[in-house]
Amino acid sequence: VRLRRWLIPLAAVPVIGLLAYGFRANPRDVPSPLVRRPAPAFALTGFDGAPVSLEAHRGRVVVVNFWASWCVPACYDEAPVLEAGWRAYRDRGLVVLGIDVQDTDPAARAFIERFGLSFPNAPDPGGRVSIDYGVYGVPETFFVDRRGTIRGKHVGALTEAALRQAVEPLLGEPAG
Amino acid sequence: VRRLLAVLLAWGLASGLAAAQPAAPSPGPVSEEAVAEVASRLRCVVCQNLSVQDSPSEMARQMRDLIRERLARGESRDQVLAYFEARYGQWVLLTPKLHGFGLLAWVLPATGLGVGAVVLAVLARRWARRGSAPGAAARAAPGAPGPPAGPGQAPGDAAAPGPDDRERVRRELERLG
Repeated sequence: VRLRRWLIPLAAVPVIGLLAYGFRANPRDVPSPLVRRPAPAFALTGFDGAPVSLEAHRGRVVVVNFWASWCVPACYDEAPVLEAGWRAYRDRGLVVLGIDVQDTDPAARAFIERFGLSFPNAPDPGGRVSIDYGVYGVPETFFVDRRGTIRGKHVGALTEAALRQAVEPLLGEPAG
Repeated sequence: VRRLLAVLLAWGLASGLAAAQPAAPSPGPVSEEAVAEVASRLRCVVCQNLSVQDSPSEMARQMRDLIRERLARGESRDQVLAYFEARYGQWVLLTPKLHGFGLLAWVLPATGLGVGAVVLAVLARRWARRGSAPGAAARAAPGAPGPPAGPGQAPGDAAAPGPDDRERVRRELERLG
């Protein structure tokens, strides 16, 4: 009988422990095991026919953005932010690379034209690059430092503040 | 007639060979079963509670293509799974790993079952003892040993019904019957 008095609170301990763990973890948090790892290399062909690769931009801060023309409204919200960011930071060694995911060619081209995107954009045939980057959905943005290491990941529409916050410290780092 | 037979035989042989071909394990192309084996162990990243094998989504189809390609390149099942885990984290594996936090998923159910079985066994023994002890005492006649009363059966156990209780129960049963 005395045992029973202890058994019930004792049984509650692991349950409470598990709940505490579960509730403190953010269910919307999508941790990427790729952060702090070398960015996966890719070599794609852009919509303009020019090669688009990460390797070609070694030494610069690279913003790799995964988007799609069907991604409404998040990709439409962030497209002007990316274009403005690219224009603002390109002189300091930043490049934006857009990777178009699961899209049709005409719809993707219309999207690029609509926002006047001037940074390189390429389709991702077979989704190989998206899977290589562990992309769940669009938009997702990776911040690659001058040494080619992924330093951050942003899920959802990128805002001007989020872009600045992610990119400024990386731009201040030396390339070596 | 003989020529026709020969042609028919040749045709039958050829079609038989053609039919047998997909079943034979060939080193080059990867069987759908092998792809499914890997795909069913991966969580579809754009679905809720679906494996890459079961999902009709475009993303899952691309992942299955990639699995097929990697297997064809000679990678083992575990190597392909490790690739996806490196990209998406342990979350992508539908079967928790046997170490770290994933180990809990394996150990907890087994531990729970074991603890439950022990608790049940102890309780069942206690209930059985409680149920049989008074009856055994009442029927205890010299030379006719009843079921042994448990060693834990204290004389002053408050839960055990005394002679008065038994008499009352007998009287009430009579009244009901």
